Amino acid sequence: MTALFIIIIVLFAAVAIWQMVKIFDLAQVSTDTSNNGIATDYDNKINGYLMLAFLAFIYIITIISFVYWGDLPLMSNAASEHGSEVDNLMMISMIVIFTVQIITQFLLHYFAFKYRGEKGKKALYFADHNTLEAVWTIIPVIVLAGLIIYGLFTWNSIMNIDEDADPMVVELYAQQFGWTARYAGQDNVLGLANVRLIDIDRANVLGIDEADPNAEDDIIVKELHLPVGKPVLFEIRSQDVLHSAYMPHFRAQMNCVPGMITKFGFTPTITTKEMRETPEMIDKVQNINNIRADKSKELMAKGEEELDPYEFHFLLLCNKICGKSHYNMQMNIIVETQEEYDAWIAEQKTFKESLK
Amino acid sequence: MSTHAVDIHAHDDGHGHHQKETFITKYIFSQDHKMIAKQYLITGTLMGIIGVMMSLMFRIQIAWPEEPNILFEALLGKWAPGGVMDADMYLALVTIHGTIMVFFVLTAGLSGTFSNLLIPYQIGARDMASGFINMLSYWIFFVSCIIMMGSLFLEAGPAAAGWTIYPPLSALPMAQPGSGWGMTLWLISMALFIAQSLLGSLNYIVTVINMRTKGMSMTRLPLTVWAFFVTAIIGVVSFPVLLSAALLLIMDRSFGTSFFLSDIFIQGEVLHYQGGSPVLFEHLFWFLGHPEVYIVILPAMGLVSEILATNSRKPIFGYRAMVASILAIAFLSTIVWGHHMFVSGMNPFLGSVFTFTTLLIAIPSAVKAFNWITTIWKGNIQMNPAMLFAIGFVSTFITGGLTGIIVGDSALDINVHDTYFVIAHFHLVMGISAIYGMFAGIYHWYPKMFGRMMNKNLGYIHFWITAISAYGVFFPMHFIGMAGLPRRYYTNSAFPLFDDLTDVNIVITVFALIGGAIQLVYLYNFFVSIFYGKKATQNPWRSTTLEWTTPVEHIHGNWPGEIPHVYRWSYDYSKPGHDDDFVPQNVPLKEGEEEMQH
Repeated sequence: MTALFIIIIVLFAAVAIWQMVKIFDLAQVSTDTSNNGIATDYDNKINGYLMLAFLAFIYIITIISFVYWGDLPLMSNAASEHGSEVDNLMMISMIVIFTVQIITQFLLHYFAFKYRGEKGKKALYFADHNTLEAVWTIIPVIVLAGLIIYGLFTWNSIMNIDEDADPMVVELYAQQFGWTARYAGQDNVLGLANVRLIDIDRANVLGIDEADPNAEDDIIVKELHLPVGKPVLFEIRSQDVLHSAYMPHFRAQMNCVPGMITKFGFTPTITTKEMRETPEMIDKVQNINNIRADKSKELMAKGEEELDPYEFHFLLLCNKICGKSHYNMQMNIIVETQEEYDAWIAEQKTFKESLK
Repeated sequence: MSTHAVDIHAHDDGHGHHQKETFITKYIFSQDHKMIAKQYLITGTLMGIIGVMMSLMFRIQIAWPEEPNILFEALLGKWAPGGVMDADMYLALVTIHGTIMVFFVLTAGLSGTFSNLLIPYQIGARDMASGFINMLSYWIFFVSCIIMMGSLFLEAGPAAAGWTIYPPLSALPMAQPGSGWGMTLWLISMALFIAQSLLGSLNYIVTVINMRTKGMSMTRLPLTVWAFFVTAIIGVVSFPVLLSAALLLIMDRSFGTSFFLSDIFIQGEVLHYQGGSPVLFEHLFWFLGHPEVYIVILPAMGLVSEILATNSRKPIFGYRAMVASILAIAFLSTIVWGHHMFVSGMNPFLGSVFTFTTLLIAIPSAVKAFNWITTIWKGNIQMNPAMLFAIGFVSTFITGGLTGIIVGDSALDINVHDTYFVIAHFHLVMGISAIYGMFAGIYHWYPKMFGRMMNKNLGYIHFWITAISAYGVFFPMHFIGMAGLPRRYYTNSAFPLFDDLTDVNIVITVFALIGGAIQLVYLYNFFVSIFYGKKATQNPWRSTTLEWTTPVEHIHGNWPGEIPHVYRWSYDYSKPGHDDDFVPQNVPLKEGEEEMQH
């Protein structure tokens, strides 16, 4: 209904514009040069001022965006060790970008206003200036060199997984449209697997090689638990199409590619419980729950079920188009203390026990 | 050089005037570059209308998910039972929107129109090197459009695997309904599209190299021609790679090969594919896919350079640097494709290399932006609608280009990859910017194409509302991307985490609807002016380039008499020592006058 309403508003706006144009046309009928489609001094002046107004618009929309939507979850509150490095790099890049943006947009629109055409004025014949051009070649070179070097250091420290730190190995397994996780168990080695070995009847849903002794203690679960402060190495598989394992709170993402194993590692630094208690998160959850409460009222009025209140969870999302239910392919990630984790994992069945 | 010009001249006098023209040879199977340019423009416009309508439909779905809408019921039929859009149809709309806008509008519609129109005009040639091949390329393009549109009416729906058609999703009909006949038609349509693009590009390259008039050295070429020329070269280098990817994908789909597929278990059965890799497809796709964005943006840059100089009544600043940066961008564009694949599972070392090459592209881009700004500095700016769009181009190119520093940096891309941040980035830097370049070109060369003027007041309204809505749509989008919202989600309601983004999405959609609606003003202006616009004068913008020395009425062979000779570069605006503020290229140097050393 709202959609229809908006469409009607847009249509009315179109009609209004139509009328404005008519008025423009009528107002200018008397002067003979006005209607030949070429800008007059009057047009130059109006559009020159509009350029200034547009500059203001760009600045205002920037400020509004930051004030209303600038609670940037990707720039604060990283929940992984490398996350804060990424956030720093992001912050520095943003500062560079906004400085350049503010200056260049000002120059562009201000010049367009300042040098708007007038009859009889002559422009400056200024075709070349080597020093100037050298300056604005070299400045970007220096700034970019800094960003590239910083970026590559960060990238390398994220992607080169330190095997000496003895990371806990976990498999993430993607399929249309859900996730499964497999823990390597006591030996910390995943059993071999291939989709050709999938046997639904025996509940071997991940195609694990039953003959591989490493597989016996593997643990297959539908909810990912991670102990805080312990490095984890994900080995990622897909059984059908491309998916992407995206864990935004941990600044982590890697595609899931059928036919190969991709890897990504990080160390969680904050438990789910602690995260829920940070002031930012309390505000955010409160805000979301207010929105949900409003929506529930609407739904109840229509005789539908109300929405559950929201409780914060770290999430694993699919971030590569994978088909009809791509939009709803998720798994909760629970970061907890080592003791809580040990207690949880002890309750889970091993692969050998779960086989039928 | 000079011998060529003479040869062509002699040859052209033979076929220039006498051919008897029928309706069919003049308007349909025309071999005249001016008519073919118009055919490309109008076909591109029609495709653009469809592409934009699709985007409005899925924007409405994102803002008001799963709410019944009579518009959907009317337009989508069985794909919107009860007016609620189907999730498969959502993906199909996103896919076809991307395909249409990138290839059919911004490649064929933009480059096809202006390369055809301006290359012969501005270099002083009577037509393209091969009029027949030129005609062929338009008609192959036309067939490819028909096939792409035809796929919309298939029982199982059109291709829906995203415009990047990554296998296995695009290869397996059981993975989604659009990967059946929809994908087959998509691939056939694209194969034809690539064929037309190659034919066109070869024609442009040969024409620019061989058919310049006497005195038109490469360093006197307008930047438009430089841009079209280099674009054609990039096209010839990279489009065949996409063709090979498409052919291999057809083999995998229909003949059981395993180029891109391996170890797949779907719907309860194991498929026979073994040994292939989807990552290989990604490499092949992006080897075209990335140069493609420069194929889109370079012609727009050329048009904008020309329009900024003409309307500022000033020479383009730093001609040599502008040419050098076009060449640098063209070269770098072929070695950066991997930045689309930082998290594809390829070796992280490759990620480092591609970060390095990608961020290098920012340097020639920065040079161009600063040179444009300096071009309007101390100008005498004529605010014609074309000029507004050219300034708008520089503005959105900067805004969109700057975020390239983030998405091109592998460490940061991990987190914003495939989110709305990327959508905001590329729509501003190559979508909106290229469309602005196209609009600027249309407003500027309309008198040349149709012999009439467009209404400037409608043009002003068109520009300002479009400019506001473009920022209104894509600026906030950066922020929902940074909040971690993935793209290509049918609805965000499956994640309560994103509930606080509902408002932003509504704001974006409202701006999109306004921006879409205002294009009706443009369409009205465009089509009505063809018949009722004010008659154009020969050189309405007081420009220096050769196309404005031709008569307003189109004639075969462009110039009634001899082809003019060229004595100077194309940017002699406001040159001291001349009474007028422009000196056309065919005016000989005065005694003692020095040519600008550029």
